[in-house]
Amino acid sequence: MLSRIAESLFWIGRYVERADNTARLLDVHLNVLLEDPWVDEPSANASILTVMSASSDGPVSRTDVLQHLAFDRERTSSIAGSLTAARENARRAREVISTEVWESLNTTRMELSRWSQAARPHEYFVWVRERTAVVRGLASATTSRDDAWHFLELGRSLERADMIARLLMTRSLDGVTGPNWTTLLRTCSAHEAYLRTVRALVTEERAGEFLLVDRLFPRSIAYNLAMAESILADIEGSERSRTLAGRAQLALGRARTNLEYAPVREILDDLPAQMQAVQRACATASDIIRDRYFLPDATVVWNQEAL
Amino acid sequence: MSDAATPWSGYTPAAAWDEAMDVDGNVREPYRRVYAELERMSGDDLYSKAEALASTYLAQGVTFDHAGEERPFPLDLVPRVVGSDEWDIISPGVAQRVRTLEAFLADVYGSQRCVTDGLVPRRLIASSQYYYRQVAGVEPANGVRVHVGGIDLVRDQHGIWRVLEDNVRVPSGVSYVLSNRRAMSQMFPEMFGAMGIRPVLEYSRRLRSALAKSAPEGVDDPTIVVLTPGVYNSAYYEHSLLARTMGVELVEGRDLETVNGRVYMRTTAGRRRVDVIYRRVDDDYLDPVQFRPDSALGSPGLVNAARLGNVTIANAVGNGVADDKLIYTYMPELTRYYLEEDPILPNVDTWRLEEAHAREEVLDRLDELVVKPVDGAGGKGVLIGPKASAAELAEAKDRISEDPRGWIAQPVVQLSTVPTLTDDGLEPRHVDLRPFAVNDGDDVWVLPGGLTRVALQRGQLIVNSSQGGGSKDTWVLGGVRDRAPRQAPESKVEFGGMTAVPQSAHPEDAVAGQQAQQQQQQQLRPPHEHDRPAVEDGGTSC
Repeated sequence: MLSRIAESLFWIGRYVERADNTARLLDVHLNVLLEDPWVDEPSANASILTVMSASSDGPVSRTDVLQHLAFDRERTSSIAGSLTAARENARRAREVISTEVWESLNTTRMELSRWSQAARPHEYFVWVRERTAVVRGLASATTSRDDAWHFLELGRSLERADMIARLLMTRSLDGVTGPNWTTLLRTCSAHEAYLRTVRALVTEERAGEFLLVDRLFPRSIAYNLAMAESILADIEGSERSRTLAGRAQLALGRARTNLEYAPVREILDDLPAQMQAVQRACATASDIIRDRYFLPDATVVWNQEAL
Repeated sequence: MSDAATPWSGYTPAAAWDEAMDVDGNVREPYRRVYAELERMSGDDLYSKAEALASTYLAQGVTFDHAGEERPFPLDLVPRVVGSDEWDIISPGVAQRVRTLEAFLADVYGSQRCVTDGLVPRRLIASSQYYYRQVAGVEPANGVRVHVGGIDLVRDQHGIWRVLEDNVRVPSGVSYVLSNRRAMSQMFPEMFGAMGIRPVLEYSRRLRSALAKSAPEGVDDPTIVVLTPGVYNSAYYEHSLLARTMGVELVEGRDLETVNGRVYMRTTAGRRRVDVIYRRVDDDYLDPVQFRPDSALGSPGLVNAARLGNVTIANAVGNGVADDKLIYTYMPELTRYYLEEDPILPNVDTWRLEEAHAREEVLDRLDELVVKPVDGAGGKGVLIGPKASAAELAEAKDRISEDPRGWIAQPVVQLSTVPTLTDDGLEPRHVDLRPFAVNDGDDVWVLPGGLTRVALQRGQLIVNSSQGGGSKDTWVLGGVRDRAPRQAPESKVEFGGMTAVPQSAHPEDAVAGQQAQQQQQQQLRPPHEHDRPAVEDGGTSC
């Protein structure tokens, strides 16, 4: 598989997942703002921007947050921006991805313009979650399980681990009590699975444990880190090199085992820092993957010789 | 019902040859069925169908880049129909043209027999912008330089097909043929069944096998790639479609590297050798070592690798010398010279402005002629005499006198017209036709159909998409006769003595599902729910 195409696929996986999770995260955030009577809105807004690594000066209004994270097409940290970027990447890898996937990404981007600022954000978020689910479903149903699929899934699982870590950080935002654990579980579509698995009321420790390290639920951090590790192993295949790809696995494995082998209480007490560690591990792994497989393109400039 | 207005009510052919209707208003034979089909529709039907076509194109991403913006390529609702008797002229005519161009190119980059025999002046070749000495003497693996040719045809006032232009560098537009067909066959399935239209889908398979046959000697299972300038190129859609339907990689210049005269692509598993490059990058940008040094679209060293015979570049570098519009004027003689055949398709009469007496005549009659730059494409720089202002004419005169080698003149050809859906209903609009020919070294195959471009403005004679043109699906009749005998044995499947394998289902659903449902409805609650305390959430029992 061409390095350039692999890179596009990796990013399609990431952007689609990012749009989905950003929609989930914003939905919760707006809800919390509505329900919390003692909310300090500007600082809650500012800190959610920080969580999403989008900074801004001065007091941040709700509109600013939506503009930054939902509607801005220029930024890849916003929903509209990630969906547009996913479509652009799909266009570059058009001959590798299936027609169905391409068309669903393409129509998604075209319909984006329908959702202006004024529309009710909740409906927009529902729509985004649906569209991303359609894209993932089609990709899963129409892609051969070769390298194309591996890179898509690699991007997706890295991004999901990263985004859930960010979502959990919203527990401790400034100026607001933050969403409770039931809300967080619902945001990750994990509430029903949690109830079936744990069969008990939602407590902080159990819910935290479920989202952090459950081995079977596809939206727990550890599940996705483990997934990324095993995909990396698949990509390397028998010619496993102990150098670069191994280092990506190392970064992910360390983050995962740290969550798995530390007492839950300890992690919950230090949640923001722990979650940032997960995000950093994902970023490191992503960089190493780029260096290993996508070959930073050295632009060759051909100078005419002066004779 | 005959009084009621049909979409055809206002349709009157203009001065040119109308392909659907003769001057007395009788429908021509090939269009009978299409005419009847459209007659049954109301005007609103037509527009809603046209809108549906446009929206499928947007969703599929069939777009071209117009001034930096992705636009859907306009596809007209009314197909263009070519009778099988006409195709029997076009197809061998195009093939003959391609064979002539092949022979001419082999000669120009070889011994230049046509020059020594006094057929073509040497300065004409030497002064051509697209003659590259860098590739003189390079012998392609199976002797093919024109792997894909696009020969632009027009139909004049008398209904005679003529060659307007040869394209043997990187002829584009075939993707629109394929996607137009897909869209139209979904729109008019019944007509497709009834009319026996020849299929176009095998194009990609033919192209792939022709490319595979052109691989360097000794390569059994060649790695073929399509080289695109990148995602911002106006024809990117086409490049990706070809790569996808041929099942080969689509590469950009930066994906390729040439090491020791061999070409490789960079993959996640290291370098992989490339044998055949179907390039959609212009000669000038292909190899910064040989041509434009500032090009970032190509890959350094490609031409050298081709010279060494380690890679095949299709179409070959330097083909532009043959589709120069001045060489065009020599084509009929070249056909007789190389092939010893009479040309099947005539040229449009052309004045070579280099020749003094021709130039004088043309400058006198400039207001009734069409003047074109010899190296132009996309309808750029074309001056149509009857429609030009006095200032434009004067300016053109100056330019011609300055650089007579750069221009040719032709009489205004009234391109034939085909009914086209416009804002004012169906109206005749001018069209041309670009059939595509694939040369695999043994045989030249002509795609039955081709790209029909249509000028969407009334009276407009330039049909290029860059000048606001659209396209039509081109239906070549006569497919039924070919298909009938071949399909019969295949479609016969023996069902005798077979028993169908039953489809299984969840046992509770399968065993008289209805009964169970009725019983459950009669009882207020299924019995097993009594055993447990009701859970608030409802969904968690069982």
